[in-house]
Amino acid sequence: MIYLDHAASTPPLEAVLRAVDATAREMFANPSSAHSEGARAARALETARTQVAALLGAEARDCIFTGSGTEADALGVLGAARRARGRHLVVGAIEHPAVLGNAELLEKSGYRLTRVAPNGAGIIEPDAIAQAVTEDTALVAVMLVNNELGTLQPITAIAQKLGNNRRPHFHVDAVAAAGHVPIAVRTLGCDSLAISGHKLHGPRGVGALWSRAGAAMDALYAGGGQEKGLRSGTENLPAVVGLGLACELAHKRLHEHRNALLSLRDVFEDAVLTRVPGTRPTVPRETPRGPHIASIAIDGLPAEPLLHALDARGVQVASGSACASKKKGPSHVLKAIGIGDDTAVLRFSLSHQTTAAELEQAVTSLAEAVAEISQVAHLSRHRKNRHV
Amino acid sequence: MSDRTVYLPRVILCRFGELFLKQGNRSRFLGKLESNVNKILAGTGLKVASPHGRIIIKVPESLCATPEQAETLLLEAGERLSRVFGLVSLSIATRTEPTIEAMGATALLEAQKVLQRYSGKQDPSFKVDCRRGDKNYPMTSYEIAAEVGHRIIEALKLRVDVHNPDFTIGIEIGKGTPPLVFADTRACPGGLPIGTAGRGLLLLSGGIDSPVAGWLAAKRGLALDGIYFHSPPFVGEKTRDKILELARILGRSQAMDNVFVVPFTEIQKKLRESTKGDLSVILYRRMMMRIADRIADRTKAGVLITGENLSQVASQTVENMSIIDQAARHLVIRPLVTFDKMETVALARRLGTYETSTLPYDDCCSLFMPNNPAIAARIENVLACEAKLDVEAEADAVAAMVEQIPVGA
Repeated sequence: MIYLDHAASTPPLEAVLRAVDATAREMFANPSSAHSEGARAARALETARTQVAALLGAEARDCIFTGSGTEADALGVLGAARRARGRHLVVGAIEHPAVLGNAELLEKSGYRLTRVAPNGAGIIEPDAIAQAVTEDTALVAVMLVNNELGTLQPITAIAQKLGNNRRPHFHVDAVAAAGHVPIAVRTLGCDSLAISGHKLHGPRGVGALWSRAGAAMDALYAGGGQEKGLRSGTENLPAVVGLGLACELAHKRLHEHRNALLSLRDVFEDAVLTRVPGTRPTVPRETPRGPHIASIAIDGLPAEPLLHALDARGVQVASGSACASKKKGPSHVLKAIGIGDDTAVLRFSLSHQTTAAELEQAVTSLAEAVAEISQVAHLSRHRKNRHV
Repeated sequence: MSDRTVYLPRVILCRFGELFLKQGNRSRFLGKLESNVNKILAGTGLKVASPHGRIIIKVPESLCATPEQAETLLLEAGERLSRVFGLVSLSIATRTEPTIEAMGATALLEAQKVLQRYSGKQDPSFKVDCRRGDKNYPMTSYEIAAEVGHRIIEALKLRVDVHNPDFTIGIEIGKGTPPLVFADTRACPGGLPIGTAGRGLLLLSGGIDSPVAGWLAAKRGLALDGIYFHSPPFVGEKTRDKILELARILGRSQAMDNVFVVPFTEIQKKLRESTKGDLSVILYRRMMMRIADRIADRTKAGVLITGENLSQVASQTVENMSIIDQAARHLVIRPLVTFDKMETVALARRLGTYETSTLPYDDCCSLFMPNNPAIAARIENVLACEAKLDVEAEADAVAAMVEQIPVGA
């Protein structure tokens, strides 16, 4: 198996699995309990919080744990917008559904929603955000790394455009970025930022939200008041401990991994573009991008058969568009950068566990898959004769 | 052999309609129905009895510690039985003594149970409906209904409405069996017991239509297997899983025993290459028929069933269907041929196949589809394309590679 779908989910690290298992067995007490076992669980919770905060360049007290990256985004969008005075939202058109879908929920309840289109390279330009923002804007949301294209968004520049006074809440979805690009919330200048456990070799079912001290935010629902009242429910300590450890390990080796990934990715892209006919980079290669995502476009072929043909060769990737016979069509992200129905887009997403040999094999498999599907596609294109 | 088991008074009364019309075959039909009922209740511990041409499901006393447990068991059994072809309706009923006092008291209890559910409803009305199989019983049906109704009115101050009642209390007095009293009747699918019409082979795609076509065929007594033509990598593994899920849903109605998965990619490519024109869909379907014929020989199926529908898509014309049928040795039936899409969708929703059918996995890749499919193909052109390969030998080769997957209910 050559697994190149790390942007969908990563394999949990062995050390993470051991920590999750040990915590579930040995630290089952409720962190809210007053006795010594409760105190021990509470300490483990705070250790994990410190580890998460370190990865984000943040204070531990400003981080809370959630049940997923999606939930962290929902809190950053719904929770912040509901506390703001304004009734207008500005979000990037290529946001993940965790952000876009929740903004649309608000739209249904009467908010105005502006979706800011990216440029052709899949970048949301700071000026475009600034132009969309009005006096009434409650929230701006732009992701740090786009999960389909890998493009790195100019968060700091957007934050600067928003200024310092009476500015809207600025939420950043960093789920696809965390562990791959350096994050320092102070430098980014946002007000809240979401990450997810299973995208950085941590466990499923856990995410975290950092929010600036003093940022006004409503909980999504009520309960026992855990996590500063923002996320009630007994903490999922095994997963939280696993997330903390995953963040610590990612943080420790961030630059080493990043440099290795950048070079692996560039070699892979070079090889694909020279050896596989009809391929082109989905966005220009010089576009600022996270190091772990290579998005390849192939005009005139449907993506899903390519994906299955790669799968049959033991290579797992993701597609951004579907067989043109179905309504699915290209994703909202691909549409936003002008990719049409008849272009296949494949996403190869790497991790530090990916090897050069695996990528070399993936290039060979891709060449075979493209040849196999082209053979049939070729027949489909030369048919005009209706008199049969 | 006498049955010494003690049974609870609560039973399920199963009714069947059309079987009675089949005079000559009645016992065969009834036997099949009983065996199908037994199969669907396998593992529940319930006892199936058929005194005097009725099917009664009884609960052994030893099976349940409490009356509530027995009720739950009966409700679950009723749920399963409501999918058995050949049954028209069923009621959970109470056995009682053949005296007017006992029947009146039991009917009163049933009425009280119904009233608990009607709480809030103003002035509910009812009627009593009595059927007397035992003509020697000293009172007529009308007299029994009137007397029992009178007791209910006295006790509960209810209103009678014989034309449009809010609920009906039923009493059935069979020959040599205790009277049954019940308040609820649940509809069953009707039709004929599965297996009484032989066996068929359903061409299953992942779409909305074919499972519905299969259900309709099974309703007329056909036992079914399915055949699915799989074209990796042009469709993914999730599509195959979806087909098996659809088969499992049909299996709940006893309408699917095995799925045969056919590796179709290679032959589909060859057929695709054999035509420059727009005949590809017809060539695929004719090949599917040839392969299905071979599987039907294996399963001893007498008929092939498809979900095709007249004019639903451009290629589903009378001309094309005729040409497709000419490739099949077996009879081909298309239960949905005259259905409107909305009718099929409504039925698919009722059967519970709609949600699975509409999962977004490709059941057929656009790459294999012509841009302008032939609307009225000519057989000589089709044969000319097929002459480029040995279609019978190809069908033999593919049929030999088919994977058989048994369908768990």
